[in-house]
Amino acid sequence: MAINWFKYSSPSSFYSLAGKMIPLFTVTAILLAIAGLYIGFFVAPTDFQQGEAYRIIFIHVPAAWMSMFLYLVMACWAAIGLAFNTRLSSMIATAIAPTGAMFTFLALWTGSLWGKPMWGAWWVWDARLTSELILLFLYIGFMSLQAAIDDPRRADKAGAILALVGVVNIPIIYFSVNWWNTLHQGASVSLTQSPKMAATMLTGMLVMALACWMYSIAMTLIRTRVIILERERHTSWVADLHEKEAAR
Amino acid sequence: MKPRHKKIAIITSGVTALCVAAILVLNAFQSNLVFFFSPSQVAANEAPTDKRFRIGGLVEMGSIRRNEGLTVNFAVTDNAEVIPVVYTGILPDLFKEGKGVVAQGRISAGGIFEADEVLAKHDENYMPPEAAMALEQAAEAKKAALAQ
Repeated sequence: MAINWFKYSSPSSFYSLAGKMIPLFTVTAILLAIAGLYIGFFVAPTDFQQGEAYRIIFIHVPAAWMSMFLYLVMACWAAIGLAFNTRLSSMIATAIAPTGAMFTFLALWTGSLWGKPMWGAWWVWDARLTSELILLFLYIGFMSLQAAIDDPRRADKAGAILALVGVVNIPIIYFSVNWWNTLHQGASVSLTQSPKMAATMLTGMLVMALACWMYSIAMTLIRTRVIILERERHTSWVADLHEKEAAR
Repeated sequence: MKPRHKKIAIITSGVTALCVAAILVLNAFQSNLVFFFSPSQVAANEAPTDKRFRIGGLVEMGSIRRNEGLTVNFAVTDNAEVIPVVYTGILPDLFKEGKGVVAQGRISAGGIFEADEVLAKHDENYMPPEAAMALEQAAEAKKAALAQ
C-alpha cells in the first residue's frame, strides 16, 4: 500500500495528524525522562574524580546535543521552505526555534553550574562556551527577525537566510574542543570512538537524550498547530473546525 | 539567462562568499581563540611575555609545595617541558598532581609563571572509583612486568 506523503504537506491534514501524534510523543517523553532521571540519580555510579557533581551531565549533555541538532533540523526545514516555497516547512522551522533556544540556554546554564565546582569558574571565554553562546544569539536573532516582519512569507524567507548562514556555527561548536586548546573537555561519546564512560552512565544519558527528542517533537507539533491556525484563520477549513469545536 | 539560472547563480555566489567569510573568521580565531598555551609553546617563546595569558597542562607529580598562607608552588608539564608556577589563593577541588590544570597570569623575568587564577581541567572519562582503581592496578602491574 502506497501512502501519499504529500497529503500531509497541506496544513489542514497535517493539523489533524499532528493532533493525533502529540499525546503519543508527550507520554513517551515523560516516561523516558522518569526512566532516565532514575538511572541518572539512583543506578549510575559515583564518578572517580568528580564525585556526585558529574550527575549534571544527564541534563547538560542531552540539552547541548539537542541545541545543535535542533538548529540543523530548523535550518533544513527553513531551506526546504525557501527552495520549494512550501508553507508548512517554514512553519515547522518557526516552531522549532523556541525549543532550540530553550535547550541552548539550558546547556549554558547547567554548564555554568557544573563549571563552578569543577573548573573553579562560572564562565570562561573558551571556544566551546563562546560558540554555544553565539548559537543562543542565532536562535534569538531568528525569532526576533521573524517577529519583526509582518508579512509571514517574507518573514519566513528572511529567517531562512539567517538560519542557513548560522549553520556554519554548528561544526565550530562540535569540533571546537579538537581544533583549539579549550578548558572544556573533549567528547565522551562520539560516532568514531568507543564511549569513555561507564555503561550505566551512558545508558542514563542516552535515555535522557531520547526523552529530549520526544519532548522536542511534541513541542514542535503543538507550536506548528498554533501557527497553522494563526496563518490559515481566514480559510474555510479553520472556520469549519471552529464551528465543530463550538458545537461540542 | 533564465530567471531560474539567475537565482541559482545568486545562491551559489552567496554560499561561496559565506564559505570564504567563514574561513577568514576561523583563521582569525585560530590565533585568538587559543584558550591556553602549552609549556612547550611557552618554552619556545610563542606565548606573549608582556601581557597576561593562560598556561595549560598537567600538574607535575611531586611538584606541589605549600608555603605559608595560601601560596602554592607547583609545576605545569606537557611531558616535554616544565614551567614552574606560583599562585596565592584557593585551589579548585579537582586540582591534583597528574591532573589537568589551566592557570592565568604572566611570566616573570625569572621564568616563573605568576598565576592569579587557577582552573582545573578534567578529562572526558567517567567511571566508578572501583573501575578507576582497577585500571590503575592494571597499569602498575604492566609497568612491573616491563621492569622485570
